Amino acid sequence: MRITVTVDGTSYTDDVEPRTLLVHHLRERVGKVGTVVGCDTSNCGACTVHLDGHSVKSCSVLAVQADGCEVTTIEGLARDGELHPVQKAFHENHALQCGFCTPGMIMQSIDLLADNPDPDEKAVREGLEGNLCRCTGYQNIVRAVRDAAHQMRPGAGPEAERLASDTASRVGAGGE
Amino acid sequence: MTSTIEPEVGKSRRRKEDERLITGRTRWTDNLTLPGMLHLAVLRSPFAHAKIVSIDVTEAKSAPGVVAVYTGKDLDPESAIGMPCAWPITPDMKSPRRPILASDTVNFAGEGVAVVVARTAAEAQDALEAIDVDYDELPVVLGLENALAEGAPLVHEELGTNQNAVWVFDSAGAGTGSDVEDAIANSEVVLKRRFRQQRLVPAFMEPRACVVDPTGSQLVMWSATQVPHILKTMTAATLGLPEHKVRVIAPDVGGGFGGKIAVLPEEMMSTLIAQRLGKPVKWTESRSETMVAAHHGRDQIQDLTITANRDGTVTGLKVELLADMGAYLGLVGPGVPILGAFMFNAIYKFPAYHFACTNVFTNTTLTDAYRGAGRPEATFGIERIMDELAVELGMDPMELREKNWIKHEEFPFTTVAGLTYDSGNYEAATAKAKELFDYDGLRREQKERRESGDSVQLGIGISTFTEMCGLAPSRVLGSLDYAAGGWEHAEIRVLPTGKIEVITGASAHGQGHETAWSQIVADKLGVPFEDIEVIHGDTQSSHKGMDTYGSRSLVVGGIAVVKAADKVLAKAKPIAAHLMECAEDDLEFEAGKFSVKGTDSATSIQDIAWAVFSAHNLPDGVEPSLDSADTFDPENFSFPHGTHLCAAEVDTETGRVRLRSYVCVDDVGVAVNPLIVEGQVHGGLAQGIAQALFEEAVHDEGGTLTTGTFADYLLPSAADLPSFTTDRTETPSTTNPLGAKGVGEAGTIASTPAVVNAVIDAVRHFGVDDIEMPLTPMRVWHAIQHQTAAEGGLGSEAGGGLGSIDATGGAQ
Ligand code: FES
Ligand code: FES
Repeated sequence: MRITVTVDGTSYTDDVEPRTLLVHHLRERVGKVGTVVGCDTSNCGACTVHLDGHSVKSCSVLAVQADGCEVTTIEGLARDGELHPVQKAFHENHALQCGFCTPGMIMQSIDLLADNPDPDEKAVREGLEGNLCRCTGYQNIVRAVRDAAHQMRPGAGPEAERLASDTASRVGAGGE
Repeated sequence: MTSTIEPEVGKSRRRKEDERLITGRTRWTDNLTLPGMLHLAVLRSPFAHAKIVSIDVTEAKSAPGVVAVYTGKDLDPESAIGMPCAWPITPDMKSPRRPILASDTVNFAGEGVAVVVARTAAEAQDALEAIDVDYDELPVVLGLENALAEGAPLVHEELGTNQNAVWVFDSAGAGTGSDVEDAIANSEVVLKRRFRQQRLVPAFMEPRACVVDPTGSQLVMWSATQVPHILKTMTAATLGLPEHKVRVIAPDVGGGFGGKIAVLPEEMMSTLIAQRLGKPVKWTESRSETMVAAHHGRDQIQDLTITANRDGTVTGLKVELLADMGAYLGLVGPGVPILGAFMFNAIYKFPAYHFACTNVFTNTTLTDAYRGAGRPEATFGIERIMDELAVELGMDPMELREKNWIKHEEFPFTTVAGLTYDSGNYEAATAKAKELFDYDGLRREQKERRESGDSVQLGIGISTFTEMCGLAPSRVLGSLDYAAGGWEHAEIRVLPTGKIEVITGASAHGQGHETAWSQIVADKLGVPFEDIEVIHGDTQSSHKGMDTYGSRSLVVGGIAVVKAADKVLAKAKPIAAHLMECAEDDLEFEAGKFSVKGTDSATSIQDIAWAVFSAHNLPDGVEPSLDSADTFDPENFSFPHGTHLCAAEVDTETGRVRLRSYVCVDDVGVAVNPLIVEGQVHGGLAQGIAQALFEEAVHDEGGTLTTGTFADYLLPSAADLPSFTTDRTETPSTTNPLGAKGVGEAGTIASTPAVVNAVIDAVRHFGVDDIEMPLTPMRVWHAIQHQTAAEGGLGSEAGGGLGSIDATGGAQ
């Protein structure tokens, strides 16, 4: 089947087998190897990307279902060489070790913040329930997400606001 | 004038590694695509024990995209030795040959029997279904005691037994202590307990993968491995290849925890197939494959006997272990229980000690190193039985520990197991932990809840621990019959512009070596942190190394870096003297500059780097290079320690456990990067807590792993864990120039007993004195129910026991 998917701002048209999963399409055809595969049961969240502005586990979506859609991967987050505030917060808070879960964690965290711009610890933990990390014990991830929320909060400074509205238009409001 | 530069060591530097990891520009093995590359998929046995009657691959060979199909008969004979085991713990250890692919008998469910090579991974996977294997099922043996029972089915018929090896340490025999049987005969209290270490899955997040390219003059293997150097040597040895024709690259590796310490049959078959076909091949496993085919961890039965006087002084410890090796021996598998032998006595002064372990074969996936390897098992056993002894003696469990531990002023201290602990301050760590935890306040609340019969009971769990890090002094490894040494290598290259490349043999998989090594070198050479690049994980650039496991990277590999940096300075000094026309003795080095004492004449490392490169004006006979290399072989282990305190709430109506707070104070000596240390502790805690509460690899009666995916194997998520309060004390190690002790495994080692002790403490007044891990709500609830029923049914006997436990448990 022929599909057209916009990935990180660039449109790609390809023939794909109906059974091809979005994650394999992204990795093998589009070359977005920043999105990784950690399991075969949709439990780990390592493959999380944004599909039309909402986080999905790209191993549980068929490539054909993404036809005509916009996909944002970890590789499309930084704009003009500027890291997304969530990426920055992960670095600042040492929220990663081996980094294998990190792309999925960051994509999920951005979606979570779009839904709830000021989550408490419990909300962050619950919002990340579908993403497994074996290295960090999650504590610094939780800290990073709350720190990013703080950075992105309106009133946290012009830079933070610019980035926040950027995120909102890409994630939350940019949806349907 | 020298400028004052803030030292890098001790600073919570944000990691250099992060940039590529947070932007998706990481090099995972599975990202690699080479021209003409083919893909492998392995067919795995569904049976735990069976004869292979026949394998028909005709249909698979003609499936779409398929290039070749191989069975064990085609591939395995090319390795005379089979998969290697590097740790023959006794001269008579039985080491059955583990084939690259089974061709005759399969011995565990998940063992490979055939491999398909196809143009795409999906085609290779599809063709597996077209392979027809005829199996003749054999009786399966599972469970350590079953395996040793009379008439048990044998995993390896030709050995005539499932017993692999027996290894013994006895303090009376070794001259490190007195006879434990005397202690048992003559002590006022003798307490026996049996604990079980359930089988765990290391569950690194990146599944294993390798790519082999045979097309150049050297064969190149990329692998998601923890041990590129060992893998290179072992590949050569296993397949009879000239070692200089093999290069191994471990690019970014997504976690290991000991689980990627193995040399894999898949790596060997990939190499053989790539050579035969003359094309690059890739093998990447699915998570379900990882669960059955990558080695598991733990799986022991521990029988402990502790003896003491009524005043609480311990007098002896006897440990008898059964350890499940699975169906074959892993690379270091047989040695894992032995590492525990040195840690069962922990921080306590036992006059007598006896340790014996029996390694056993069963029809399961093999076991091997998993975070802590032997030390978490040992710490669990001793910390659980110390709690039980406290109850028996009517003492506060903390008081019992304090009474028996090595006092700060007694270091260095040689233990009954024969190790010399160089430094430690258990008092300081404990005092800090108790304060952060509010130990006394929580004990008060516990008492109130007990008295009011609250449906949610509170328990306090203690684990005061030490471990041996920095594996390992080569001589010690030799005395334990391990095949290799424990040194580490480092090289420092000073580039013409004064920038630095540091090459380390300790390849990282998430521990932040690039950052920590940069901090060390920045301080030593006085160059900016940013001017240093750390290179690792490629046997070509880092030609020597012993890799990363056993918390050895910093305390062995980091010291090699320190030594190499010292050599750079030693080479630079005569050149500096020559350039400044002074005597070497007049020079001092500080903050990257050699200066003539008492003057402001100075020359920087960068100046010298250029002078060396141009070589226009060097002293006679001096090599035009500042590059230096060195190895470090530790003379002793290092011994991090700490006090972990856990408060657990147990809902007595549902059995649900909630960790209310977790406080730990670890002493890892000097922390090069406190941020990284904290992260390692957090991750370690999560893994240890998961053993206590969530994780277990379970087989059904036929030997099928019923917890074979992340849907059934309960890796905790963020929602399952609390936030931890972590802090440190700093008692430098006296046996290395950094004063560092290592931290990678501490959290895992200490936390499992802390959590289990807390849960037992919460329900002890019901008569519960043990619950098998993981402490699922069902198990906790059953334990309470069972004891409550026993109390009613058994009358005075159980009642009497409860009475005495109540009295001691409540005594504060
Ligand atoms: S790979 Fe998609 S959830 Fe695990
Ligand atoms: S950082 Fe390694 S799995 Fe999360």
